[in-house]
Amino acid sequence: MDVTLTVNGTPHVLNLEDPRVSLLDALRQRLDLTGTKKGCDHGQCGACTVIVNGRRINSCMTLAVMHDGDEITTIEGIGTPGDLAPLQQAFIRHDGFQCGYCTPGQIMSATAMLEEVRQGWPSQMTGDLGRPELTDDEIRERMSGNICRCSCYPNIVDAIRDAAGRTGGTAA
Amino acid sequence: MRAFDYARAQTPADAIGTDARIIAGGTNLLDLMKLQVETPERLIDINHVGLDQVERDGDGLRIGALVRNSDLAAHPAVRQDWPLLSRALLAGASPQLRNRASTGGNLMQRTRCYYFYDLDAPCNKRVPGSGCGAIGGVNRIHAILGASEHCIATYPGDMAVALSALDAVVEVEGPDGRREIPATAFHRLPGDRPDLDNELQPGEMILSVRLPAPLGGRQIYRKVRDRRSYAFALVSVAAAVTMQGGRMDRVRLAFGGVAHKPWRVPAAEQMLAGQAPSAELFDRAAAAVLEGARGQGHNDFKIPLLRRTLAAVLAEAVQESA
Ligand SMILES: Cc1cc2nc3c(=O)[nH]c(=O)nc-3n(C[C@H](O)[C@H](O)[C@H](O)COP(=O)(O)OP(=O)(O)OC[C@H]3O[C@@H](n4cnc5c(N)ncnc54)[C@H](O)[C@@H]3O)c2cc1C
Ligand code: SF4
Ligand code: FES
Ligand code: FES
Repeated sequence: MDVTLTVNGTPHVLNLEDPRVSLLDALRQRLDLTGTKKGCDHGQCGACTVIVNGRRINSCMTLAVMHDGDEITTIEGIGTPGDLAPLQQAFIRHDGFQCGYCTPGQIMSATAMLEEVRQGWPSQMTGDLGRPELTDDEIRERMSGNICRCSCYPNIVDAIRDAAGRTGGTAA
Repeated sequence: MRAFDYARAQTPADAIGTDARIIAGGTNLLDLMKLQVETPERLIDINHVGLDQVERDGDGLRIGALVRNSDLAAHPAVRQDWPLLSRALLAGASPQLRNRASTGGNLMQRTRCYYFYDLDAPCNKRVPGSGCGAIGGVNRIHAILGASEHCIATYPGDMAVALSALDAVVEVEGPDGRREIPATAFHRLPGDRPDLDNELQPGEMILSVRLPAPLGGRQIYRKVRDRRSYAFALVSVAAAVTMQGGRMDRVRLAFGGVAHKPWRVPAAEQMLAGQAPSAELFDRAAAAVLEGARGQGHNDFKIPLLRRTLAAVLAEAVQESA
């Protein structure tokens, strides 16, 4: 089956006669976009987080063949070494990583998370289920799908708070 | 993963009455397929059949099977009138997973335990007749209610616990037509068929979930677990309580993490209805919920944990809606 994935704005046609290819493996092994990382391959760590049609998802827990026609954004698509996205700059400023393995997933997750907050989605920490404010507790809860084995959590929270403040709540 | 054929359904009819395995968000099925715990030969992808809307249904709500957990939790009507459902959804999994997880797939996620995932361990649910690794093994997360000598696994979902308390109805269609299954009767106890998690029959598909009119009152979902976020429940309590003149009026309670299905005990609710709240009464209600409860060793703590969590939830519910 031929499937068209539009990744970071560029359409790619993939032949997936054998459908046993996760979106994560398609990105890394067929399109050579190795910024998206494989941690657990079971939806438990968030290293593989990408944005599909505006939503953050775990690319390891979905088949590439299920995404014909979808728009996918990976870490390669949000900034370049010469022109980093505000969240990427903030992670550097606040030392939001040690080994860096979880970082692409953290940044893609945070990018979509700030948009969710902007749209008013509640979280477990939003007591009355009303409009959320980006408190540290909200950031921690909303980023709980991204595990950092180096335990850079305090600096990750600082980076996200800072980037959100500089961009008026969005990462764009 | 074992090889499989893949097809995309255009309409629900394409997925009903076939022997292909439905895939929705894929977050539970692919997890199990990667480990070859599940080995379907054919997959039918229902992500493009529609059924992705939340609609008014009289005083209630009809939720399509493909409505994502994140959309359902954020839906204005759900937040306003069925906050218990939003809270249970937001207590489950991670934001990334909730963006994919569907209403139908969430209900259908396997009732399971860590031995179920381990192909080298005996497990009557995975291989009927092979035994149960959890009985006499490490069973900290397992059932204290409704277990059998064949399986002591717990249903791990949160959404279904709220749906049980809210008296929701699951609308399904099979080759012989449509039928409705109350949320409280959707999941089953293991008995001597632990391979069967629920009442959905082969060839049937979940089309939607219907919520009856709002219950009002204070609605709480308290999930007790090893960490504050992104972990399955050890014990969870879903409660909706209305008050009248200092007395509890309507009381709905359901419990997660304690049995092979969301646990509901109408006798305990009736014991509380019409009464003034007191610690002693809460304790008697907990005793009614825990009738027949039995620990397996490592999970003995769940019995007092359920009692204390229920007392804390009820104390909060009556205080804030009084
Ligand atoms: C790391 C991790 C943590 C998690 N934590 C939690 C948690 O804390 N609380 C919680 O509740 N859940 C949790 N989950 C489970 C998650 O909620 C489920 O995996 C998800 O809801 C399943 O939905 P899906 O659409 O992805 O289902 P799929 O994986 O697509 O399908 C699951 C099953 O449902 C069947 N199915 C799907 N749709 C239909 C339909 N319409 N009709 C009939 N059959 C259907 C499929 O055939 C399959 O058997 C967690 C999952 C992971 C990976
Ligand atoms: S408790 Fe049930 S699922 Fe777990 S090993 Fe025993 S039979 Fe299998
Ligand atoms: S690699 Fe996908 S969640 Fe860990
Ligand atoms: S920086 Fe090493 S895992 Fe997060």
